[in-house]
Amino acid sequence: MSSPTSTPGGRKRNRNDIPATRSTSPPSQRRRGQDSSNADLPAMPTSPATDIASPTVHDTSLFSSPRRSVLPSEVDMSSPLIGARGTPARQRPDLGSVRKAPQVDLHSEPPSADGAVASEPSVGQKLVIWGTDVNVGTCKEKFQRFLQRFIDPTSNEDENAGLDLNEPLYMQKLEEISVVGEPVLNVNCGHVQSFDADLYRQLICYPQEVIPTFDMAVNELFFERFPDSILEHQIQVRPYNALKTRNMRSLNPEDIDQMITISGMVIRTSQLIPEMQEAFFQCQVCAFSTRVEVDRGRIAEPAVCRHCNTTHSLALIHNRSAFSDKQMIKVQESPDDMPAGQTPHTTVVYAHNDLVDKVQPGDRINITGIYRAVPMRENPRQSNVKSVYKTHIDAIHFRKTDEKRLHGLDEEADQKLFTEERVKTLKELAAKPDVYERLSSALAPSIYEHEDIKKGILLQLFGGTRKDFSQTGRGNFRAEVNILLCGDPGTSKSQLLQYVFNLVPRGQYTSGKGSSAVGLTAYVMKDPETKQLVLQTGALVLSDNGICCIDEFDKMSESTRSVLHEVMEQQTLSIAKAGIICQLNARTSVLAAANPVESQWNPKKTTIENIQLPHTLLSRFDLIFLMLDPQDEAYDRRLAHHLVSLYYQSEEQIEEELLDMAVLKDYIAYARTYINPRLNEEASQALIEAYVDMRKIGSGRGMVSAYPRQLESLIRLAEAHAKVRFSDKVETIDVEEAKRLHREALKQSATDPRTGFVDISILTTGMSATARKRKEEVAQALKKMIQSKGKTPAMKYQQLFDDLRGQSEAAITKDMFEEALRALADEDYLTVTGKTVRLL
Amino acid sequence: MPSSNDWINNPLGVVEEMFVQSNSNPEWEAKVLEYFKGKLKEKQAYSWIPSLNDVPLHYLKPNSLVKFRCLVQDMFDPEFYMGVYETIDPSTKAKVLRFGKYKDVTELRCVPHLQVDLNSRNTVTAERQTFYCVPIPGETLWEAFLNHSHTYARSSQARVVPSTSYIPSRQKRSYEEDDEMDTQPQKQREPHTGGSPQLHANGDSKRQETEAPSGQTTSPSNASSPLDLNFPLPGERGPACLVKVYEDLDSFKLNDMLEVYGILSVNPLLSVLCEEKDPSASLLDPTESMETPEEQRAHDPPASLVPRLHMLHARPLQHNNPLLPSDRAEDQHAFVSSFMVEMASVRAEFLAYLTHILLGDGLAAEYLLLHLISSVYARRDVLPLGKFTLNLSGCPPNSSFTESLHQVIQELVPCTYRLSMTLHNMNSLRLVPRKDYVANRLVSGALQLARNTSLVLDETRLEQGQLDASGVQNITALGNLISWQKVDYDFNYHQMEFPCNINVFVTSEGRSLLPSDCQVPLQPQVTPPNLEEYLSTVHKAQLTSQINKFRVYLSVAQTLDYSISDEVTKAVEDDFVDMRKDDPQSVSAEDLHRMLVVARLLSLSLGQTSLSREGWMRAKHIDMLRRTRSQPQTTVNGNEP
Repeated sequence: MSSPTSTPGGRKRNRNDIPATRSTSPPSQRRRGQDSSNADLPAMPTSPATDIASPTVHDTSLFSSPRRSVLPSEVDMSSPLIGARGTPARQRPDLGSVRKAPQVDLHSEPPSADGAVASEPSVGQKLVIWGTDVNVGTCKEKFQRFLQRFIDPTSNEDENAGLDLNEPLYMQKLEEISVVGEPVLNVNCGHVQSFDADLYRQLICYPQEVIPTFDMAVNELFFERFPDSILEHQIQVRPYNALKTRNMRSLNPEDIDQMITISGMVIRTSQLIPEMQEAFFQCQVCAFSTRVEVDRGRIAEPAVCRHCNTTHSLALIHNRSAFSDKQMIKVQESPDDMPAGQTPHTTVVYAHNDLVDKVQPGDRINITGIYRAVPMRENPRQSNVKSVYKTHIDAIHFRKTDEKRLHGLDEEADQKLFTEERVKTLKELAAKPDVYERLSSALAPSIYEHEDIKKGILLQLFGGTRKDFSQTGRGNFRAEVNILLCGDPGTSKSQLLQYVFNLVPRGQYTSGKGSSAVGLTAYVMKDPETKQLVLQTGALVLSDNGICCIDEFDKMSESTRSVLHEVMEQQTLSIAKAGIICQLNARTSVLAAANPVESQWNPKKTTIENIQLPHTLLSRFDLIFLMLDPQDEAYDRRLAHHLVSLYYQSEEQIEEELLDMAVLKDYIAYARTYINPRLNEEASQALIEAYVDMRKIGSGRGMVSAYPRQLESLIRLAEAHAKVRFSDKVETIDVEEAKRLHREALKQSATDPRTGFVDISILTTGMSATARKRKEEVAQALKKMIQSKGKTPAMKYQQLFDDLRGQSEAAITKDMFEEALRALADEDYLTVTGKTVRLL
Repeated sequence: MPSSNDWINNPLGVVEEMFVQSNSNPEWEAKVLEYFKGKLKEKQAYSWIPSLNDVPLHYLKPNSLVKFRCLVQDMFDPEFYMGVYETIDPSTKAKVLRFGKYKDVTELRCVPHLQVDLNSRNTVTAERQTFYCVPIPGETLWEAFLNHSHTYARSSQARVVPSTSYIPSRQKRSYEEDDEMDTQPQKQREPHTGGSPQLHANGDSKRQETEAPSGQTTSPSNASSPLDLNFPLPGERGPACLVKVYEDLDSFKLNDMLEVYGILSVNPLLSVLCEEKDPSASLLDPTESMETPEEQRAHDPPASLVPRLHMLHARPLQHNNPLLPSDRAEDQHAFVSSFMVEMASVRAEFLAYLTHILLGDGLAAEYLLLHLISSVYARRDVLPLGKFTLNLSGCPPNSSFTESLHQVIQELVPCTYRLSMTLHNMNSLRLVPRKDYVANRLVSGALQLARNTSLVLDETRLEQGQLDASGVQNITALGNLISWQKVDYDFNYHQMEFPCNINVFVTSEGRSLLPSDCQVPLQPQVTPPNLEEYLSTVHKAQLTSQINKFRVYLSVAQTLDYSISDEVTKAVEDDFVDMRKDDPQSVSAEDLHRMLVVARLLSLSLGQTSLSREGWMRAKHIDMLRRTRSQPQTTVNGNEP
């Protein structure tokens, strides 16, 4: 590090672009905030343009000559306040170096017409900070009033949990500060705006001046109220949720020096950078020391020692200078904000002091800060300058948006902002009687027919109502609907999955063949740099609150599938790996597609036999659909028409459909966020009846045709259907549709191919009741036959098989025979050893 | 008004004049654009402008107007610059307004002590964006050569016009260059007319050839610095360029093919500015610590290697076939309609040629032809329409058949790339572009290709063995590309989907492990003892004029419109129902999809813009032929465990 003395200081001219502030009343001719609409911006944004009166020559080196003197009438924003009892003020590098905001500068400009030379902001004169329309006194008063009076009864922010919503919100927070001792007050700009729009405007336009004023105000108030509390340093106000800018892409030169809030994802963080706040100089001759504050990244090296008048005798003493922490953070815009076909933009953010290391790469955050533009450093040896500015954001406040993903419901991220018109169109659409059909036909229009499947998927997209029974120990009830599609290859199952994956904001698409258990769940990784263990989440966790589409479900390995058991019913994912034991939320709907084991679906076999999946897993699907080739002429004709039209439809028609997809997206997002239907009395009755009916069907033939799981499915489907209608109540029609859809799905998947009856036990136990009965019959017949043979301790296997076949009326396969033998062996009646059967 | 050629030789002077005239009225920017657009509209104006693709960088005059045919490889973050600034002379206190648009550095006209007034009120901050552009990947030799000779003749003229005296020292050099250039095209022309033996010897010689003409542009500088120019395909050469874009930022997309007209800036100061870094300064100056050295290298490479181009005008390219007029829409229409008459006859010749190449297999040749003119013309939700991936199975293994085939394709299409799917390649190649957050740029991969690039996958090279994680990813990426015509770029924390339009042609021994729209087993009618020799003789027999016709044919067929009348729609529907009636297993919806695409391509290949009943029957017929051919093969595969 080169000492500053190495920079020749002698040739420096007087530099006078110290943040000069003039008292002007009426407010300065030029109000920055108000003319920000035209593109005319000060080149060096942090400094109000010095005008004609001051010499405009600037130094191009790092250090410039000392200020002439400390201006007498500065309002020191960080000076100890009455009642603060010496609680040290802490520098706020996030606001830039202008902590002292002078109001009067007698040296560079004569007092304006009415000669207001007041140094105290409270005299009642219209004093404003130069370059702005901010009057410190009024601003302070307004903010104190805001703190004392603001009440937000509808607040549902998690930070406010445990606070009395009918009491002034921020006073409670101050109380909290006095108890906890963390001297940071987060202020929601939305609150400020609703309380005092003008104050909000000032805050957005002149954050650099207004926030220190807020700090002053809050400290006065705090130490007045809690004179005994001891804080590490004075309270700092951290505003957040400025509505000015949300999207990184829309940042433009007009936003420079204003307070903005943008969302994005952290992609890189730098090492900690010590940034000099105050330089300590010592005279080499007389050891006189002096301190110089950093002004916009520069230190004015004193050219002359004030004590002994030696020139260029002062040297910088590093270890007595004051430094603050600083970190560079790169933020990339979130994928949802990007127009298609472009690459994401990135922005540099500087975090200061305690905000350093608050975020990690990969975090999704909302940043509130001041947007800055700095000209490229001039090169002293060259007069040419790169004509480009460097931009960055000085962070004031971070808010992680996915912080609560691991333990709670992430309302914030889901809350998409809908314009009023949009809500109106959505509601109009919802009011239509055929909204259900309309939406289901808008779903994947390129895929032909399969109306019921589309309806099922539509209900899945909406999902049921989330119920929390954790108080009573039953935990959460699953609200997500799981669907399995099985059927012949080439029946556009994958296409349907792809469509759904593209439709939902938090969807994941994996293929059973390509994904491992690790890829689905989570794995623990060691960060090569920090040696820290990091939990990387897989598809299921990533699609929390979304849909996980799993193609080629049948090709998934056994161990991978086993993971799904927990996810699909409990909606959690337990991990115990490398010392990390945790339970992650995976409230994801599963939409899976499976192909039959034989290349074609065998209608003579049951679903389980066709796809060879364990019934324990199958029973976790609410709806199982078969996508088969119906092989009927009318269908073929419609299909052909559909496909041909697909190939010659004009561009405009395609455009129209794209619009539909956007509407559909919004419709689903709106319903998921705002509609939480509950069962009404009639509907519950209807559900009970439906369930009892389902049980009855089976009981006649001695089999169970419905389990409580089916009832739960029905409830979920009914709720989802109510959501489609934007209805807060689940009514009978919802139950009717749920019943119909459930029946349809069962008809397809749980029909016993031997009897033609719907038999739920195919899905729940993997074997139809008739098959089980048949198995027993064969076993009994075999036993009888053996008994009739008399006392022969051992028999030939083949001979026994032939005898049984000859005796039985129905054809008996080898499988059946073996099963029968096994059944008898279980009864301890016989044993099979090799080719002989022995009686016991 | 500026003199006739100043707008090419000294565009900044023109801009300056307009700026001064405007009296700081912001309308001057629009005026500038209009002026240059008007100039470019003039007859043949496009061709006067020297092209960065062909003329080595050091022969181009700095700050002159040049053009660049390129692909947008990466888009950097927007930057703010001084649109208008004020300079001040400390001695006289005279202030002058200047403009910063189309410039990298503030120019102070060599007046000592002149300084930029950073606090001036008149400063206007404006926004611009930088695109990292590379030459179109996989551009074939003939394409580059033809484009070259087109512009070469005229650009040298342009450089001899009087105003070159502006820099006399340069002029002398450019004459030398002329001599060199004169000899080179001859060297090149010879192989083309004469059948180019060394061109077809093997793939490597082709590489050497492409290097030869452009090598001198970059090789000296490349040798001194191993700067990665980030080309999508390995072994590519040519200038990369940082294009500064001022207007319509949103209209450009990644992977767009553009012809950029802009002011060339190779100011050596750019390199100086970024190199002169004071380590001590970085601690105190916040602007210095923002960028890592990697980022510096990626975003501010020396201007001698990666010149800057300040865009005045950009023309999006639908195709980059130099044989087709691309200047104006009317021209193109006239050209296409005049060519339509010939379509059928050219097709017949072309088919005969392909049949020879494919060892006398007419059906495979027919399908290859259809494949070559296919293109994604629309997307229905996730489904791309019009893609026609062809899998040619039954290719002789362990021979250079595919390579020879690729060389033939290389002679026909403007852009192509052959990916040899060896295990090593699959495990080690980077196919999918990946965002490098340290250097803050998109590291290119072999699948970052321009539209209608022909990608030949050589599966005959794949042997048994272990695929590692990246190998599986690569295979998945190829599968996605074929099925959905999209590539998921890897942004580390998430993936981003970029739609593409790439013609994929897979050659394999048995059925390919990759999905395909259509599989044709090759049935050679002739068995030449020496395959390579056979192919090269077939290839030699074609006249260049004929090859040129084929080239035009392919590009024209790709751009034609197409429709199906209601009547034919009905017929097709009936047909489908009938087919299903006989045997529902025989025809599925997927088959109908494919047959509709085949019918479309077949009609287009004959120059018919709507489907006729005959066209449909023909499509059905060849599909039937193909299926009877692949039937035995599939059962064989089915029996294998």
